[in-house]
Amino acid sequence: MKRLAVVSGKGGTGKTTVTAAIADLAHRDLDLVMADCDVDAANLELLFSPNVQETIPYYGMKCAQIDPDICISCGACAEHCRFGAILEEKAIYRVEQADCEGCGVCEHVCPAGAVTFVERKHGEIYRSTTELGPLFHARLIPGSGTSGLLVTEVKERALEAAADRDLLLIDGPPGIGCPLIATVTGCDAVLIVTEPSMSGRSDLERLVRVCEGFRVRMFLAVNRSDLEERITAEILAFCAEKGITVAGLIPFDDAVQRAVCSHRPLTRTPSPASDAVAAIWAVIRDEMGLP
Amino acid sequence: MQIVIASGKGGTGKSTVAANLAWSRAQAAPVTLVDCDVEEPNLHLFFPGGHTDTPVTRLVPAFDSERCTRCGDCGRFCRFGAIAVLKDRVLFFPEICHSCGGCALVCPNAAITERPISLGRIEERHPLPDLRLISGVMNEGEAVGIPVIQAAKEAAAGDATVILDSSPGTACPVIETVKGSDVCVLVTEATPFGLHDLKLAAEVVSSLGVPACVVINRSCGDEDETEAFCREQGLPVFLRIPFSREIAAVQNRGGLISRDLPGWQTAFAGLYEQVVSRVEVQR
Amino acid sequence: MSNNPVDIMKICVTAKGSGIDAQVEERFGRAPYFVFIDEESGDAQTVQNAGAGGAGGVGIKSAQTMVDNDAKVVITGQVGGNANSALSAAGIAVYEYRAGGSVKDAVAAYRAGTLARIL
Repeated sequence: MKRLAVVSGKGGTGKTTVTAAIADLAHRDLDLVMADCDVDAANLELLFSPNVQETIPYYGMKCAQIDPDICISCGACAEHCRFGAILEEKAIYRVEQADCEGCGVCEHVCPAGAVTFVERKHGEIYRSTTELGPLFHARLIPGSGTSGLLVTEVKERALEAAADRDLLLIDGPPGIGCPLIATVTGCDAVLIVTEPSMSGRSDLERLVRVCEGFRVRMFLAVNRSDLEERITAEILAFCAEKGITVAGLIPFDDAVQRAVCSHRPLTRTPSPASDAVAAIWAVIRDEMGLP
Repeated sequence: MQIVIASGKGGTGKSTVAANLAWSRAQAAPVTLVDCDVEEPNLHLFFPGGHTDTPVTRLVPAFDSERCTRCGDCGRFCRFGAIAVLKDRVLFFPEICHSCGGCALVCPNAAITERPISLGRIEERHPLPDLRLISGVMNEGEAVGIPVIQAAKEAAAGDATVILDSSPGTACPVIETVKGSDVCVLVTEATPFGLHDLKLAAEVVSSLGVPACVVINRSCGDEDETEAFCREQGLPVFLRIPFSREIAAVQNRGGLISRDLPGWQTAFAGLYEQVVSRVEVQR
Repeated sequence: MSNNPVDIMKICVTAKGSGIDAQVEERFGRAPYFVFIDEESGDAQTVQNAGAGGAGGVGIKSAQTMVDNDAKVVITGQVGGNANSALSAAGIAVYEYRAGGSVKDAVAAYRAGTLARIL
């Protein structure tokens, strides 16, 4: 079983569109499991009409809770909390659970034993079926932290289901922080989808440096590549310098917007962009040694 | 006046709106633009130039091998698994450490002290006489940029007009950026992805008690669903930027449509006035 | 890396259940159970992995459990980056078993010298 994550650094470069298109192509002759690890803004489900089979609550780290009846209002907890999660209102101390990291320092310093740790639901994980295969996705309750941990949970569930399948395909989050790190950890390869803009290029460089720390195989695709050919050329030169395989270029194509607006993967209808993604998939598939 | 630019979906044009809003406002009065997308900052690309840097650090434990008896209390305390106590030494994994300070507190032999390590930096630029640009930059390889966001916002504290550019999404970094602002401009695109994520972002911003308004970017004229949602939620749409290859070209190359294309300086000046009025209406 | 067993006191096998007949679990950090076998006496003792459902650092916590229980050899399916560093620093050898059998089967394969040493 191989694991491929589609990431971007900069948001909006076309990760989800490309992931869905690759899923559509891959499932035709491979056993596929999908995971949407862009948990704050999960969009893959919009293209696949998933049927939710199981909903699993997600708790994240346990959060501190102060019992007001035991609390002696000494303030040691608030003084030691590095995350500003303990507030004082009229001499009563209270944990703001959205900010609590669950470190346990307040419990340690409390002289009265007023602090306990409780599970707090931060979201839900869904195991769904789609016409292309199982999809694992999630929803984070707005205001909750720990999206990186939720990504790990979604991946864990998907990995269990994918154990005897051919491919786990992951739609990754933007950025280079905790959620991205949790997504890329343990993957065989990542496909970086970028765009030819100053921002796209800058974000790409940062993402590549982070991925280099993971010793994961990198592939690159430039989306809307014909909009700024000079910047596309700069990106390709950067890849050559770094030894990153350029899997392909996707031209700007109205077909992409039409596919998204009709809630379908791009590859259902032939178009220049669809052909480009098919060529990209062929490169990755071959290089990853998939059947 | 603190205005924050946010969106659920990435790539809708937050930085574009933030940069243009700041540039056009700076033609009339002093403004501070703060890049709070510390994982992937972009605003400096629109305003290139020299900068002064201030480091942002976080604390991690340092273990005194002479005082350490390898009792294991620190490893057992750490809920994040950042410490492993072996037979002959202590292993520490800084990338997992949350800098809570707990290990130093629990050590019975005073063998743990805290030392600062670099988390990122704040870059400050003055591209125009009335424009101050503060960029929060998190070091690559770090997992959590919240302290860098806090430092960036802190650097702008006290300035009269502050525009914050947040990262995409709805999780911790966005919440840290949005909270405490007077008004939020949600930038969306009228596609199923854009609308889906706009709903999530609007919910988060509302839960933080910040009034919001909307800018629709890459508009193709068929935004009925998005407009209907905004109407239902009482979110005024103050600007529509059409999809146009000319506009995209200017932006992709790091240009500013308010400076480089006719009519847009007025449009963004008007956006500023409407956004400010949104604050007054709510009060 | 040699395929021959080193001089050891305890072997640990990651498992889905208790005891030597339990099926081997391929993941190290998130293994539900650890079965420790004393090489000399042959006694087996199962420890539940308290950190299995945890947030980050589960691999490191599991490596700590190896150290605390004097394991010198670990038999498992795969080990993540951080756990790898911790086990390596502790001088613990890791052998790979992915044949889907029981803890007993895995130990037999290890003693027969047929398992690849991955750390």
